[in-house]
Amino acid sequence: MKSEPCYTTHLPGGHHWSLRLRRGTTLTLTAQEANSNVGLLCYNPENLLERLNLPDTLKCQHTFKLTQGHCLYSDMGRIFASITHDDLGWHDSVGGNLLPQHLLAKGWQPVSYQQAHNDWTRTGFDAFLVELAKYGLGRRDMAANLNLFSRVESDDEGKLHYVSNHCQPGNSVTLRFEMDTLVLLHTCPHPLDPATDYPRRGVDIALGTAEPPTEDDPCYRSRPENARGFANNRLYHLGL
Amino acid sequence: MIIESILRPENALSRTTVNAGDHYIGTVKQGQTLRILDLEGNQAADTLFFSADDTAERYSAMDTVREQGAVYLTAGSKLISSEGRTMLTLTADTCGRHDTLGGACASESNTVRYDLEKRHMHSCRDNWMQAIANHPEYGLSKRDITHNINFFMNVPVTADGGLTFEDGISAPGKYVEMVAEMDVIVLISNCPQLNNPCNGYNPTPIELLIWG
Repeated sequence: MKSEPCYTTHLPGGHHWSLRLRRGTTLTLTAQEANSNVGLLCYNPENLLERLNLPDTLKCQHTFKLTQGHCLYSDMGRIFASITHDDLGWHDSVGGNLLPQHLLAKGWQPVSYQQAHNDWTRTGFDAFLVELAKYGLGRRDMAANLNLFSRVESDDEGKLHYVSNHCQPGNSVTLRFEMDTLVLLHTCPHPLDPATDYPRRGVDIALGTAEPPTEDDPCYRSRPENARGFANNRLYHLGL
Repeated sequence: MIIESILRPENALSRTTVNAGDHYIGTVKQGQTLRILDLEGNQAADTLFFSADDTAERYSAMDTVREQGAVYLTAGSKLISSEGRTMLTLTADTCGRHDTLGGACASESNTVRYDLEKRHMHSCRDNWMQAIANHPEYGLSKRDITHNINFFMNVPVTADGGLTFEDGISAPGKYVEMVAEMDVIVLISNCPQLNNPCNGYNPTPIELLIWG
Protein backbone atom coordinates (compact mmCIF):
# COMPACT_ATOMS: atom_id res chain seq x y z
CA MET A 1 0.00 0.00 0.00
CA LYS A 2 2.75 2.44 0.94
CA SER A 3 4.21 4.26 -2.05
CA GLU A 4 7.84 5.31 -2.26
CA PRO A 5 8.34 8.80 -0.83
CA CYS A 6 8.40 11.64 -3.38
CA TYR A 7 10.49 13.80 -1.10
CA THR A 8 12.22 13.38 2.24
CA THR A 9 13.68 15.99 4.53
CA HIS A 10 14.45 16.65 8.16
CA LEU A 11 13.00 19.33 10.41
CA PRO A 12 15.48 19.99 13.23
CA GLY A 13 14.21 20.44 16.79
CA GLY A 14 12.94 23.91 17.70
CA HIS A 15 12.15 24.87 14.10
CA HIS A 16 9.12 25.43 11.88
CA TRP A 17 7.88 24.94 8.34
CA SER A 18 4.71 25.28 6.30
CA LEU A 19 3.71 23.49 3.12
CA ARG A 20 0.66 23.04 0.96
CA LEU A 21 -0.27 19.40 0.58
CA ARG A 22 -2.59 18.42 -2.23
CA ARG A 23 -5.50 16.05 -1.89
CA GLY A 24 -4.15 12.51 -2.22
CA THR A 25 -0.70 13.21 -0.78
CA THR A 26 0.66 11.78 2.45
CA LEU A 27 2.83 13.27 5.16
CA THR A 28 4.82 10.83 7.30
CA LEU A 29 6.62 12.15 10.35
CA THR A 30 9.19 9.95 12.09
CA ALA A 31 10.69 10.76 15.48
CA GLN A 32 14.43 10.38 15.83
CA GLU A 33 14.43 10.72 19.60
CA ALA A 34 12.22 9.96 22.59
CA ASN A 35 9.77 12.66 23.70
CA SER A 36 9.60 14.41 20.34
CA ASN A 37 6.75 16.85 19.72
CA VAL A 38 5.34 18.32 16.53
CA GLY A 39 2.83 21.17 16.69
CA LEU A 40 0.41 21.07 13.75
CA LEU A 41 -2.23 23.41 12.31
CA CYS A 42 -4.23 23.09 9.06
CA TYR A 43 -5.88 25.73 6.86
CA ASN A 44 -7.75 25.56 3.55
CA PRO A 45 -5.57 27.40 0.99
CA GLU A 46 -8.74 28.25 -1.02
CA ASN A 47 -10.32 29.90 2.01
CA LEU A 48 -7.93 30.57 4.87
CA LEU A 49 -10.86 31.14 7.22
CA GLU A 50 -11.47 27.38 7.11
CA ARG A 51 -9.10 25.79 9.60
CA LEU A 52 -8.40 22.86 11.87
CA ASN A 53 -11.06 22.70 14.56
CA LEU A 54 -10.04 20.42 17.41
CA PRO A 55 -13.33 20.66 19.35
CA ASP A 56 -15.27 19.49 16.28
CA THR A 57 -12.61 16.82 15.62
CA LEU A 58 -12.85 15.46 19.16
CA LYS A 59 -16.58 15.56 19.69
CA CYS A 60 -17.61 14.05 16.37
CA GLN A 61 -15.32 11.07 16.97
CA HIS A 62 -16.02 10.91 20.74
CA THR A 63 -12.32 10.99 21.49
CA PHE A 64 -9.80 12.96 23.51
CA LYS A 65 -6.73 11.37 21.89
CA LEU A 66 -6.07 11.09 18.16
CA THR A 67 -4.64 8.01 16.47
CA GLN A 68 -4.94 5.71 13.44
CA GLY A 69 -8.50 5.66 12.10
CA HIS A 70 -9.25 9.22 13.20
CA CYS A 71 -9.74 12.21 10.91
CA LEU A 72 -8.76 15.87 11.37
CA TYR A 73 -11.76 18.12 10.76
CA SER A 74 -12.09 21.73 9.68
CA ASP A 75 -14.68 24.04 11.18
CA MET A 76 -16.66 23.57 7.94
CA GLY A 77 -17.40 19.90 8.60
CA ARG A 78 -14.78 18.64 6.15
CA ILE A 79 -11.82 16.31 6.61
CA PHE A 80 -8.40 17.84 6.02
CA ALA A 81 -6.57 14.59 6.69
CA SER A 82 -7.00 11.03 7.91
CA ILE A 83 -4.51 9.31 10.21
CA THR A 84 -3.77 6.19 8.15
CA HIS A 85 -0.81 4.89 10.13
CA ASP A 86 0.31 5.46 13.70
CA ASP A 87 2.88 3.72 15.89
CA LEU A 88 2.01 5.74 19.00
CA GLY A 89 -1.70 5.22 19.72
CA TRP A 90 -2.14 8.69 21.19
CA HIS A 91 -1.47 12.22 19.98
CA ASP A 92 -2.26 15.15 22.27
CA SER A 93 -5.25 17.37 21.52
CA VAL A 94 -5.20 19.56 24.62
CA GLY A 95 -1.68 20.72 25.58
CA GLY A 96 -1.62 23.77 23.32
CA ASN A 97 1.53 25.65 22.56
CA LEU A 98 4.75 26.72 24.27
CA LEU A 99 4.44 30.48 25.02
CA PRO A 100 7.45 32.80 25.33
CA GLN A 101 6.94 33.22 29.11
CA HIS A 102 7.08 29.43 29.59
CA LEU A 103 10.82 29.38 28.89
CA LEU A 104 11.81 31.10 32.14
CA ALA A 105 8.90 29.60 34.08
CA LYS A 106 10.18 26.12 33.19
CA GLY A 107 13.78 27.02 33.98
CA TRP A 108 14.74 26.90 30.30
CA GLN A 109 17.23 29.72 29.78
CA PRO A 110 16.11 31.71 26.72
CA VAL A 111 18.89 31.73 24.13
CA SER A 112 18.91 34.33 21.34
CA TYR A 113 19.85 33.85 17.72
CA GLN A 114 22.90 36.06 18.32
CA GLN A 115 24.08 33.67 21.03
CA ALA A 116 23.37 30.31 19.44
CA HIS A 117 22.39 30.92 15.80
CA ASN A 118 19.89 28.27 14.78
CA ASP A 119 20.08 26.54 18.16
CA TRP A 120 18.12 29.39 19.74
CA THR A 121 15.08 28.69 21.93
CA ARG A 122 12.09 29.18 19.64
CA THR A 123 8.63 28.81 21.12
CA GLY A 124 5.72 27.13 19.35
CA PHE A 125 3.79 30.40 19.67
CA ASP A 126 6.42 32.40 17.77
CA ALA A 127 7.00 29.55 15.30
CA PHE A 128 3.34 29.57 14.27
CA LEU A 129 3.23 33.39 14.12
CA VAL A 130 6.12 33.36 11.62
CA GLU A 131 4.46 30.75 9.39
CA LEU A 132 1.00 32.36 9.70
CA ALA A 133 2.38 35.73 8.60
CA LYS A 134 3.53 34.21 5.29
CA TYR A 135 -0.13 33.77 4.34
CA GLY A 136 -1.40 37.09 5.67
CA LEU A 137 -2.54 35.49 8.94
CA GLY A 138 -1.78 36.44 12.53
CA ARG A 139 -2.63 36.02 16.20
CA ARG A 140 -6.38 35.95 15.53
CA ASP A 141 -5.88 32.98 13.23
CA MET A 142 -3.89 30.78 15.60
CA ALA A 143 -6.34 27.96 16.28
CA ALA A 144 -5.87 25.28 18.94
CA ASN A 145 -3.08 23.03 17.67
CA LEU A 146 -2.45 19.33 17.71
CA ASN A 147 0.72 18.03 19.42
CA LEU A 148 1.78 14.96 17.46
CA PHE A 149 3.91 12.37 19.34
CA SER A 150 2.87 13.74 22.78
CA ARG A 151 0.47 12.19 25.27
CA VAL A 152 -1.45 14.06 27.97
CA GLU A 153 -3.93 11.92 29.88
CA SER A 154 -6.87 12.90 32.06
CA ASP A 155 -7.83 10.84 35.09
CA ASP A 156 -11.44 10.28 36.18
CA GLU A 157 -11.43 13.57 38.11
CA GLY A 158 -10.15 15.45 35.07
CA LYS A 159 -6.57 15.96 36.32
CA LEU A 160 -4.08 16.16 33.44
CA HIS A 161 -0.86 14.18 33.32
CA TYR A 162 1.94 14.41 30.71
CA VAL A 163 3.30 10.95 29.89
CA SER A 164 7.08 10.91 29.49
CA ASN A 165 8.71 8.46 27.07
CA HIS A 166 5.44 7.93 25.17
CA CYS A 167 7.31 8.66 21.94
CA GLN A 168 10.26 6.40 21.20
CA PRO A 169 12.91 6.73 18.46
CA GLY A 170 11.60 5.47 15.12
CA ASN A 171 7.90 5.98 15.92
CA SER A 172 6.00 7.41 12.95
CA VAL A 173 2.58 8.77 12.03
CA THR A 174 1.10 9.24 8.54
CA LEU A 175 -1.54 11.75 7.52
CA ARG A 176 -3.35 11.26 4.21
CA PHE A 177 -4.77 14.53 2.90
CA GLU A 178 -8.40 14.40 1.79
CA MET A 179 -8.44 17.98 0.43
CA ASP A 180 -5.76 20.54 -0.42
CA THR A 181 -4.39 21.72 2.91
CA LEU A 182 -1.96 24.34 4.12
CA VAL A 183 -0.03 22.64 6.92
CA LEU A 184 1.94 24.53 9.58
CA LEU A 185 4.46 22.49 11.57
CA HIS A 186 6.88 23.17 14.39
CA THR A 187 9.22 20.97 16.39
CA CYS A 188 9.24 23.16 19.50
CA PRO A 189 8.86 21.35 22.82
CA HIS A 190 5.51 20.43 24.32
CA PRO A 191 4.64 22.98 27.02
CA LEU A 192 4.38 20.21 29.63
CA ASP A 193 7.71 18.58 28.69
CA PRO A 194 9.60 18.14 32.00
CA ALA A 195 13.09 18.25 30.42
CA THR A 196 15.58 20.23 32.50
CA ASP A 197 16.89 22.11 29.45
CA TYR A 198 15.10 23.26 26.28
CA PRO A 199 14.97 20.03 24.25
CA ARG A 200 15.77 20.04 20.51
CA ARG A 201 14.26 16.96 18.94
CA GLY A 202 13.80 16.90 15.19
CA VAL A 203 11.64 14.72 12.98
CA ASP A 204 12.13 13.13 9.57
CA ILE A 205 9.52 14.12 7.01
CA ALA A 206 8.47 12.02 4.01
CA LEU A 207 5.93 13.13 1.40
CA GLY A 208 4.16 10.51 -0.72
CA THR A 209 0.97 9.79 -2.59
CA ALA A 210 -2.00 7.58 -1.72
CA GLU A 211 -4.89 5.95 -3.55
CA PRO A 212 -8.21 7.75 -3.02
CA PRO A 213 -10.05 6.22 -0.05
CA THR A 214 -12.98 3.91 -0.75
CA GLU A 215 -15.96 3.18 1.48
CA ASP A 216 -13.96 0.25 2.90
CA ASP A 217 -11.25 2.60 4.16
CA PRO A 218 -10.60 2.16 7.90
CA CYS A 219 -10.87 5.91 8.52
CA TYR A 220 -14.13 6.07 6.57
CA ARG A 221 -15.56 3.13 8.53
CA SER A 222 -14.20 3.91 11.99
CA ARG A 223 -17.29 5.94 12.89
CA PRO A 224 -20.55 6.81 11.08
CA GLU A 225 -19.61 10.47 11.57
CA ASN A 226 -16.51 9.98 9.42
CA ALA A 227 -18.61 8.58 6.55
CA ARG A 228 -20.57 11.85 6.71
CA GLY A 229 -17.33 13.84 6.86
CA PHE A 230 -16.14 12.12 3.69
CA ALA A 231 -19.58 12.85 2.17
CA ASN A 232 -18.99 16.56 2.89
CA ASN A 233 -15.59 16.32 1.17
CA ARG A 234 -17.24 14.66 -1.84
CA LEU A 235 -19.63 17.60 -2.12
CA TYR A 236 -16.72 20.03 -1.75
CA HIS A 237 -14.82 18.34 -4.56
CA LEU A 238 -17.97 18.60 -6.72
CA GLY A 239 -17.67 22.34 -6.22
CA LEU A 240 -20.22 22.96 -3.43
CA MET B 1 -16.27 22.46 43.59
CA ILE B 2 -19.55 23.93 44.81
CA ILE B 3 -19.22 27.48 46.11
CA GLU B 4 -22.27 29.69 46.58
CA SER B 5 -22.23 33.42 45.95
CA ILE B 6 -22.98 36.12 48.48
CA LEU B 7 -24.07 38.56 45.76
CA ARG B 8 -27.75 39.51 45.71
CA PRO B 9 -29.60 39.84 42.40
CA GLU B 10 -31.38 43.02 43.56
CA ASN B 11 -27.99 44.75 43.78
CA ALA B 12 -26.91 43.83 40.24
CA LEU B 13 -26.00 46.61 37.79
CA SER B 14 -27.78 44.76 35.00
CA ARG B 15 -29.97 41.70 34.50
CA THR B 16 -30.51 40.33 30.99
CA THR B 17 -32.52 37.29 29.97
CA VAL B 18 -31.23 35.53 26.84
CA ASN B 19 -33.60 33.13 25.15
CA ALA B 20 -32.38 29.90 23.59
CA GLY B 21 -31.02 30.58 20.11
CA ASP B 22 -30.32 34.23 20.96
CA HIS B 23 -26.96 35.81 21.71
CA TYR B 24 -25.44 38.38 24.04
CA ILE B 25 -22.42 40.57 23.44
CA GLY B 26 -21.20 43.15 25.94
CA THR B 27 -18.32 44.39 28.04
CA VAL B 28 -17.48 43.34 31.59
CA LYS B 29 -15.05 45.74 33.24
CA GLN B 30 -12.10 44.69 35.37
CA GLY B 31 -13.37 43.97 38.88
CA GLN B 32 -16.98 43.43 37.83
CA THR B 33 -18.65 40.07 38.40
CA LEU B 34 -20.65 38.19 35.76
CA ARG B 35 -23.14 35.48 36.75
CA ILE B 36 -24.63 33.10 34.20
CA LEU B 37 -27.84 31.60 35.57
CA ASP B 38 -29.42 28.45 34.15
CA LEU B 39 -33.08 29.41 34.63
CA GLU B 40 -34.77 26.13 33.76
CA GLY B 41 -31.89 23.65 33.93
CA ASN B 42 -29.73 21.57 31.56
CA GLN B 43 -29.00 24.48 29.25
CA ALA B 44 -25.62 25.17 27.61
CA ALA B 45 -24.20 28.71 27.45
CA ASP B 46 -21.51 28.72 24.73
CA THR B 47 -19.17 31.51 25.75
CA LEU B 48 -16.15 33.34 24.34
CA PHE B 49 -14.12 36.16 25.94
CA PHE B 50 -11.90 38.76 24.29
CA SER B 51 -9.61 41.36 25.80
CA ALA B 52 -11.46 44.66 25.32
CA ASP B 53 -8.13 46.47 24.71
CA ASP B 54 -6.89 44.05 22.06
CA THR B 55 -9.43 41.56 20.74
CA ALA B 56 -6.70 39.43 19.15
CA GLU B 57 -6.03 38.28 22.73
CA ARG B 58 -8.86 35.96 23.70
CA TYR B 59 -9.95 33.08 25.87
CA SER B 60 -7.90 29.97 25.13
CA ALA B 61 -9.29 26.60 26.16
CA MET B 62 -5.93 24.86 25.72
CA ASP B 63 -3.96 27.38 27.75
CA THR B 64 -6.66 27.30 30.45
CA VAL B 65 -6.78 23.54 30.94
CA ARG B 66 -3.00 23.12 30.69
CA GLU B 67 -2.22 25.85 33.21
CA GLN B 68 -4.75 24.53 35.76
CA GLY B 69 -3.76 20.91 35.03
CA ALA B 70 -7.39 19.84 34.73
CA VAL B 71 -9.94 19.55 31.92
CA TYR B 72 -13.08 20.79 33.71
CA LEU B 73 -13.85 24.31 34.84
CA THR B 74 -15.28 25.09 38.26
CA ALA B 75 -14.92 27.59 41.13
CA GLY B 76 -11.25 28.60 41.38
CA SER B 77 -10.54 28.08 37.67
CA LYS B 78 -8.67 30.91 36.01
CA LEU B 79 -9.70 31.57 32.42
CA ILE B 80 -6.42 32.08 30.55
CA SER B 81 -5.92 34.08 27.35
CA SER B 82 -4.14 33.06 24.17
CA GLU B 83 -1.18 35.09 25.50
CA GLY B 84 -1.15 33.32 28.87
CA ARG B 85 -2.80 36.03 30.99
CA THR B 86 -5.70 35.57 33.40
CA MET B 87 -8.86 37.09 31.93
CA LEU B 88 -11.41 36.05 34.57
CA THR B 89 -11.52 33.85 37.68
CA LEU B 90 -14.49 31.63 38.54
CA THR B 91 -15.54 32.68 42.03
CA ALA B 92 -18.78 30.75 42.56
CA ASP B 93 -20.32 27.66 41.00
CA THR B 94 -23.39 25.73 42.08
CA CYS B 95 -23.23 23.33 39.11
CA GLY B 96 -19.76 21.90 39.82
CA ARG B 97 -18.33 21.20 36.40
CA HIS B 98 -18.27 22.95 33.02
CA ASP B 99 -16.87 21.80 29.67
CA THR B 100 -14.34 23.59 27.50
CA LEU B 101 -13.28 20.76 25.15
CA GLY B 102 -16.45 20.07 23.17
CA GLY B 103 -16.71 23.37 21.32
CA ALA B 104 -19.89 24.87 19.93
CA CYS B 105 -22.52 23.34 17.71
CA ALA B 106 -22.41 24.53 14.12
CA SER B 107 -24.41 23.97 10.98
CA GLU B 108 -21.35 22.25 9.49
CA SER B 109 -20.52 20.03 12.47
CA ASN B 110 -24.20 19.06 12.75
CA THR B 111 -23.92 17.53 9.26
CA VAL B 112 -21.11 15.30 10.54
CA ARG B 113 -22.54 14.49 13.94
CA TYR B 114 -26.16 13.89 12.92
CA ASP B 115 -27.05 14.13 9.21
CA LEU B 116 -26.10 16.18 6.15
CA GLU B 117 -29.75 17.20 5.87
CA LYS B 118 -29.65 18.88 9.33
CA ARG B 119 -27.41 21.63 7.96
CA HIS B 120 -30.20 24.19 8.01
CA MET B 121 -30.89 24.00 11.76
CA HIS B 122 -29.89 26.94 13.97
CA SER B 123 -26.59 26.61 15.81
CA CYS B 124 -24.29 28.40 18.24
CA ARG B 125 -21.72 29.29 15.61
CA ASP B 126 -24.39 30.86 13.37
CA ASN B 127 -25.69 32.66 16.45
CA TRP B 128 -22.21 34.14 17.08
CA MET B 129 -21.95 35.11 13.38
CA GLN B 130 -25.22 37.05 13.77
CA ALA B 131 -23.87 38.74 16.91
CA ILE B 132 -20.63 39.92 15.30
CA ALA B 133 -22.50 41.01 12.17
CA ASN B 134 -24.95 43.04 14.26
CA HIS B 135 -22.18 44.58 16.37
CA PRO B 136 -19.32 45.73 14.13
CA GLU B 137 -18.27 48.13 16.92
CA TYR B 138 -16.46 45.24 18.64
CA GLY B 139 -14.26 44.59 15.59
CA LEU B 140 -14.79 40.83 15.64
CA SER B 141 -14.92 38.58 12.57
CA LYS B 142 -15.08 34.88 11.83
CA ARG B 143 -11.37 34.42 12.56
CA ASP B 144 -12.05 35.44 16.17
CA ILE B 145 -14.66 32.72 16.67
CA THR B 146 -12.70 29.95 18.32
CA HIS B 147 -12.64 27.30 20.98
CA ASN B 148 -15.19 28.21 23.66
CA ILE B 149 -16.52 27.32 27.10
CA ASN B 150 -19.77 25.36 27.42
CA PHE B 151 -21.06 26.50 30.77
CA PHE B 152 -23.37 23.89 32.35
CA MET B 153 -22.37 21.15 29.87
CA ASN B 154 -21.03 17.80 31.06
CA VAL B 155 -18.47 16.20 28.71
CA PRO B 156 -16.46 13.62 30.68
CA VAL B 157 -13.03 12.52 29.46
CA THR B 158 -12.12 8.92 30.24
CA ALA B 159 -8.67 7.75 31.36
CA ASP B 160 -8.24 5.76 28.13
CA GLY B 161 -8.80 8.85 26.00
CA GLY B 162 -12.52 8.73 25.25
CA LEU B 163 -14.87 11.70 25.22
CA THR B 164 -18.50 11.19 26.22
CA PHE B 165 -21.53 13.45 26.27
CA GLU B 166 -23.56 12.87 29.40
CA ASP B 167 -26.87 14.23 30.55
CA GLY B 168 -26.51 17.67 32.00
CA ILE B 169 -25.69 17.98 35.69
CA SER B 170 -27.20 21.43 35.85
CA ALA B 171 -30.69 22.15 37.18
CA PRO B 172 -33.07 25.13 37.43
CA GLY B 173 -31.40 27.98 39.32
CA LYS B 174 -27.81 26.67 39.06
CA TYR B 175 -25.26 29.35 38.26
CA VAL B 176 -21.60 30.08 37.68
CA GLU B 177 -20.00 33.39 38.60
CA MET B 178 -16.72 34.96 37.55
CA VAL B 179 -14.83 38.16 38.27
CA ALA B 180 -13.07 39.94 35.40
CA GLU B 181 -9.31 40.43 35.88
CA MET B 182 -9.17 42.71 32.81
CA ASP B 183 -11.78 44.51 30.71
CA VAL B 184 -13.35 41.77 28.60
CA ILE B 185 -15.91 41.44 25.83
CA VAL B 186 -18.21 38.51 26.51
CA LEU B 187 -19.95 36.77 23.60
CA ILE B 188 -22.54 34.14 24.48
CA SER B 189 -24.74 31.92 22.36
CA ASN B 190 -27.56 30.40 24.35
CA CYS B 191 -27.42 27.01 22.65
CA PRO B 192 -30.29 26.15 20.27
CA GLN B 193 -29.21 22.51 19.73
CA LEU B 194 -32.19 20.16 19.19
CA ASN B 195 -30.27 16.98 18.36
CA ASN B 196 -28.45 16.35 21.62
CA PRO B 197 -29.68 15.23 25.04
CA CYS B 198 -27.41 17.81 26.72
CA ASN B 199 -30.40 20.11 27.12
CA GLY B 200 -33.13 17.48 27.10
CA TYR B 201 -34.02 18.47 23.49
CA ASN B 202 -35.62 21.55 25.05
CA PRO B 203 -33.41 24.64 24.95
CA THR B 204 -34.41 27.21 27.58
CA PRO B 205 -33.50 30.78 28.63
CA ILE B 206 -30.52 31.88 30.70
CA GLU B 207 -30.05 35.09 32.68
CA LEU B 208 -26.89 37.21 32.83
CA LEU B 209 -26.28 39.37 35.89
CA ILE B 210 -23.44 41.84 36.31
CA TRP B 211 -22.34 43.41 39.61
CA GLY B 212 -20.03 46.38 39.96
